[in-house]
Amino acid sequence: MSKIILIGATSGIAQAIAARLAQQGAELYLMGRSSAKLDLLAADLTTRYGQHGVRVETRAFDFDDFALHHPAVEAAAKALGKVDAAYICHGTLGDQAACECNFALAEQEFRNNCLSPISFLTHLGNLLEAQGSGTLVAISSVAGDRGRQSNYVYGAAKAGLTAFLQGLRNRLYKKGVYVVTVKPGFVDTPMTAAMPRSPLTASPDAVARDIIRAAQRGTPVLYTPWFWQGIMLIIKAIPERLFRRLTL
Amino acid sequence: MQSIESWGRTPKTTQEVHPLHWSSDPIPSSSTGSCLPYLPYGLGRSYGDVCLNDGAIALPTPAMGRLLAFDPGTGVIRCEAGATLDALLQFAVPRGWFLPTTPGTKFVTVGGAIANDIHGKNHHQVGTFGCQVRRFELLRSNGERRLCTPAENADWYAATIGGLGLTGVITWAEVALRPIASAMIEMESIKFRNLNEFFELSAASDHDFEHTVSWIDCIASGESLGRGIFMRGNHAVEPGPLQTHRPPKLAVPFDLPALTLNRHTVRAFNALYYGRLRSGVTRSRVHYEPFFYPLDGVNRWNRIYGKRGFYQYQFVVPFQDGEAVIREILTLIARSGLGSFLAVLKTFGTMKSPGWMSFPMPGITLALDFANTPAVLPLFAELDRVVFSAGGRLYPAKDGAMRAVDFQKSYPRWEALETYRDPSFSSSFWRRVTQKP
Repeated sequence: MSKIILIGATSGIAQAIAARLAQQGAELYLMGRSSAKLDLLAADLTTRYGQHGVRVETRAFDFDDFALHHPAVEAAAKALGKVDAAYICHGTLGDQAACECNFALAEQEFRNNCLSPISFLTHLGNLLEAQGSGTLVAISSVAGDRGRQSNYVYGAAKAGLTAFLQGLRNRLYKKGVYVVTVKPGFVDTPMTAAMPRSPLTASPDAVARDIIRAAQRGTPVLYTPWFWQGIMLIIKAIPERLFRRLTL
Repeated sequence: MQSIESWGRTPKTTQEVHPLHWSSDPIPSSSTGSCLPYLPYGLGRSYGDVCLNDGAIALPTPAMGRLLAFDPGTGVIRCEAGATLDALLQFAVPRGWFLPTTPGTKFVTVGGAIANDIHGKNHHQVGTFGCQVRRFELLRSNGERRLCTPAENADWYAATIGGLGLTGVITWAEVALRPIASAMIEMESIKFRNLNEFFELSAASDHDFEHTVSWIDCIASGESLGRGIFMRGNHAVEPGPLQTHRPPKLAVPFDLPALTLNRHTVRAFNALYYGRLRSGVTRSRVHYEPFFYPLDGVNRWNRIYGKRGFYQYQFVVPFQDGEAVIREILTLIARSGLGSFLAVLKTFGTMKSPGWMSFPMPGITLALDFANTPAVLPLFAELDRVVFSAGGRLYPAKDGAMRAVDFQKSYPRWEALETYRDPSFSSSFWRRVTQKP
């Protein structure tokens, strides 16, 4: 039975990942900020998939208090015994315009989307290195591939996370640990609820299916849905002198 | 602001949309900081304007559909109110359980089922959906949560069942499922040549058959007035595979032009549909899917009525003089030449719902679709006269046209619901029917 930590378990994509893993009878350790939401999620997973042998434990705490991250990771490792995989799924999509006027808001976006995941990855990276096995999966974003006028605060935070994951992957591969960078495009979740839907919008379940498959294979970088790889290749290729004139 | 429709696709509305995701969260405040009223919105399978809140705020619930607990010994399931009957069936059928009662589509939420106090083909034996709801939690706009049961907060319980979403958001509910040995239904289809034969069949079937319903040819007249096909069935007693249904494969890909459904095509369809069955009793064993949900097999079937949409007219009249009323209604409809191939006739039983605003009463109910053409509303006015003077009433979940005076007279407890209505909740329907007559 797979032993898996889900951080930011109540996020839209994480819920879909949890459901698929539960269907496979995994042992899950779910972390989030809200115990009420974690309880609802745990109840749903055990009611639906109890027959498949799923086991669920939860831990709620303030993610913004970074001092709490290490004890949480230790508690999870102790509860599970062994960590086969850890998925880091939390993040926020702030108001770009507001962040431009108010650095405190931009700073918080960086804490949520870059520093917080890095903190968890540091502790989990060391844990898995000592274990000599396992897979770390973190959800970055296509937005991190290039800074764009419309969301560069979020994009920059994700770019930082992407580079960190790249280095971590490089370091841990020699120790038998895989690191997967997930770059979703637009996904239909509560985080993007205010944004208009387009034909490019993906369902959390479709994305979750891709992510789990990538985790099982140890794929270094996953664009999901697949066509975002091509789109971002083009976006990244645009010379800066031209790009600075665009309104993307 | 988004465009929001009911299943009848008329009236059209634009609303601010705030999906609910967690039953533990309070009701979200408006993004524009306004004081617009709220209304929960499930899958929008009701007709008319009962699920609409034009110019105000919709609270879609389907994302709030978690299963919270299930007792495999008693079949009691607790779920968030956005869970659909479809999802409950996917969960329950393989475990040997079924919905205690179900409407003609499984694409409705549990919250919507409670708010409209829906009924099914087995109303004459088990009553409405509200009769099967043991308890639920009601969330108000001020953050208050009430656990509602027949004994605790009993007034809130009675106000919310059939309460059209006006008392607040139902966050989670507990429903008693019923056991089944098989996913199959033993059914019988019987042709009847006129209304007399329908009533004879009904009386003969209600005791031995849990599920009964009839399709009626609403264009036939004269001696064939009220001819149709009577369907009756029971869950198969013999143990069989507990297979669930499959998702719909077909879909109506675009709105059909308005002329597609007219008196000629309907007459032709009805003749074929009635003619296809031999006389006498035809016995068969079918999966629950085509027995309960024949239309669910085609996604977006409401598009066959085109962009203008359609109305549904469903009423109930008491047994006394019921036959004469149905006869008069069918005569008026046949004479108008309006009407569609979807006409459903059924007898209700005596089981009383706990809901104040529950629609069924002991008597006969008839439901018909009408394409949205200018002649329809004057026809409804004529039908209303017959229904209301016979002491009958219309089903809010289907209604788009009834007059305020008729609504208030036929649902005398509407004023009680009004006092329990959350001051921050309202609907297009409620604003329409609670006007001073």
